[in-house]
Amino acid sequence: MNRLDKKFSELKIKGEKALVGFVAVGDPTLRDSLRLITAMCRAGLDILELGIPFSDPTADGPVIQRAAARALKEGTSLTRAMEMTKALRERTDIPIILFSYYNPIFAYGLESFYRDSLAAGADGVLIVDLPHEESRELTEYWEKANDFSLIRLVAPTTPKERMKHIAAHASGFLYLVSKTGVTGSGGLDAGDVRNHIVDLRSVTRLPICVGFGISTPEDAKILAPHADGIVIGSAFERTIEEHLSGPDLANRLAEQVKDFKEALKPEPLKHTQKQR
Amino acid sequence: MQKQQKNEKRWLMEPMPDKAGHFGPHGGRYVAETLMAALITLEEAYLKISREPAFRKELDLLLADYAGRPTPLYHARRLSEHLGGARIYLKREDLVHTGAHKINNTLGQGLLARWMGKKKIIAETGAGQHGVATATVAALFGMECRVFMGVEDIRRQAPNVHRMKLLGAEVVPVDSGTGTLKDAMNEAMRYWVGAVTDTHYVIGSVAGPHPYPLMVRDFQTVIGEEVRGQILESLGRLPDMLVACVGGGSNAMGLFYPFLDTPVELVGVEAAGTGIASGKHAATLCEGSLGVLHGSKSYVLQDRNGQIMEAHSISAGLDYPGVGPEHSFLKDSGRARYVSIDDDEAMEAFHALCRLEGIIPALESSHAVAFCLKEAPALPRDTVIVVNLSGRGDKDLGIVSDYEAGKGGAHR
Repeated sequence: MNRLDKKFSELKIKGEKALVGFVAVGDPTLRDSLRLITAMCRAGLDILELGIPFSDPTADGPVIQRAAARALKEGTSLTRAMEMTKALRERTDIPIILFSYYNPIFAYGLESFYRDSLAAGADGVLIVDLPHEESRELTEYWEKANDFSLIRLVAPTTPKERMKHIAAHASGFLYLVSKTGVTGSGGLDAGDVRNHIVDLRSVTRLPICVGFGISTPEDAKILAPHADGIVIGSAFERTIEEHLSGPDLANRLAEQVKDFKEALKPEPLKHTQKQR
Repeated sequence: MQKQQKNEKRWLMEPMPDKAGHFGPHGGRYVAETLMAALITLEEAYLKISREPAFRKELDLLLADYAGRPTPLYHARRLSEHLGGARIYLKREDLVHTGAHKINNTLGQGLLARWMGKKKIIAETGAGQHGVATATVAALFGMECRVFMGVEDIRRQAPNVHRMKLLGAEVVPVDSGTGTLKDAMNEAMRYWVGAVTDTHYVIGSVAGPHPYPLMVRDFQTVIGEEVRGQILESLGRLPDMLVACVGGGSNAMGLFYPFLDTPVELVGVEAAGTGIASGKHAATLCEGSLGVLHGSKSYVLQDRNGQIMEAHSISAGLDYPGVGPEHSFLKDSGRARYVSIDDDEAMEAFHALCRLEGIIPALESSHAVAFCLKEAPALPRDTVIVVNLSGRGDKDLGIVSDYEAGKGGAHR
């Protein structure tokens, strides 16, 4: 069983939800990045999304845009991200998903991307601007079906028929975009998200992780009962931005991971199951 | 009249792009999933509505009565004589309402948005011509309009910012990146991701995800169709060469398209900025490589890690590191030739046209004129070149006087 499937089945047995964390490689510096991400993994992150910065991140809000800009200034590239993945793989066993836009991957070379990602110990890739219609040229190099996942996105605007199609080609988990907007934007509507999860469940048996716009443990707590995992990105990046060179940044991030993980735990009382 | 109908039929049967928006390896749709449903709906609506006779009729009427089409095809005799070679004709898109070809597309998309029931439109703009043309159409149709514009462009194209505001549009300054067209487009796409349910995004070039390259080309094809009719009427034959500037490439595509199946030579002129060797240019087709930017696969200016590079041109409308996918296809297939003209050459052409013909061209269009200055003298006198004079230069007077004052290289 691959690391992603294994992780979700372990969590299921424990009755827990996955905390998926996004961090940009090389933010605030390449050297700090390894230390910070390692601390987050050790603090209880279940799945890591390793962000490879792109110069033109059209699906990201200001927080992740600035993170990408800092990382690029550091000279972060996909090659560096592969090295980082290898280094992290020596320190942690959690699934690592490479997260980027298509152009850096396309420029790297699609075949080498697959081989190098596997060799580095990555478990999959999520490409924000690669809809399933255009993804064949990427996955045609993937020899085995099960060792590397293309994490597919479903949006609130995705019609049911299209959802079905996306789900049919997905593996690992499905990433449900919680709202129509860029990453880190506010105005989460838990009722809407719940409805989208219900729709998506009717077309897939894969785990569903929800992300974009979940900024506080309170948001996470509200959505956790309905999803299999929650993705946090901008909230971590905001912490990095606010404490760039602070000596306790690693501790702060670790504490934040623990807070989110705590929020994902089911409450002992039954009343959380009631309609809100 | 019969000819026109024949052209239209050919236009409808054209197999490029394919159903998913591909021009060979170029084009397609590379966007966030949130936008996919909207793009598919837009494509379906466009294909259906644009074929409705009532829509065509309404658009044709607006193009004629409101925008002032057809625009003249003018034989630039003094310029031709001065160069002593080929005969040069200017397609006077500078004379259309709002002063550039951009209005052809914004009327089309604005009308489409109205037929689709959208009441809000957004746009990105570089030189401000597309922003003005979008703001104009928004005023005409009573729509709410937001235009995203880089802070650098707001500074260097101030008259157009004023015009957009007068027309009731909100101009949203974009200060990320270099504050130019690429950044404006990033921000417009981000905004659209959040507003996609009730807002139509009026992309101004033959770039972006499918169906934009197809749709914008179709709306701009009126330029080439008119040229074809006009030159046949005045000379009884097709021209030998068509020349147009290429940023994203909409005026060039609109001119070239009706001639693709003819032997007419097609030349796209990119901006070489302060020179290709300086690295500060916008010659995407000449110097770029295959990549994905702003929703489609095409040539882009990028580093070896796939990061998009900054473009540079004295002309804000050409200052873009990407290009429409159909141009990339035309380059690969050899059907069109792409060359580059630097800031100084464009400025020289700007002055030549002012003095010899009494026409103040946009700096974008000056690049196309500059190509003629270079090549026409060596061509036989019976060679006929049509240059798309895509816009007028009023908006550029500030840049020109800065340049004259010796600050040509310091305008960034």
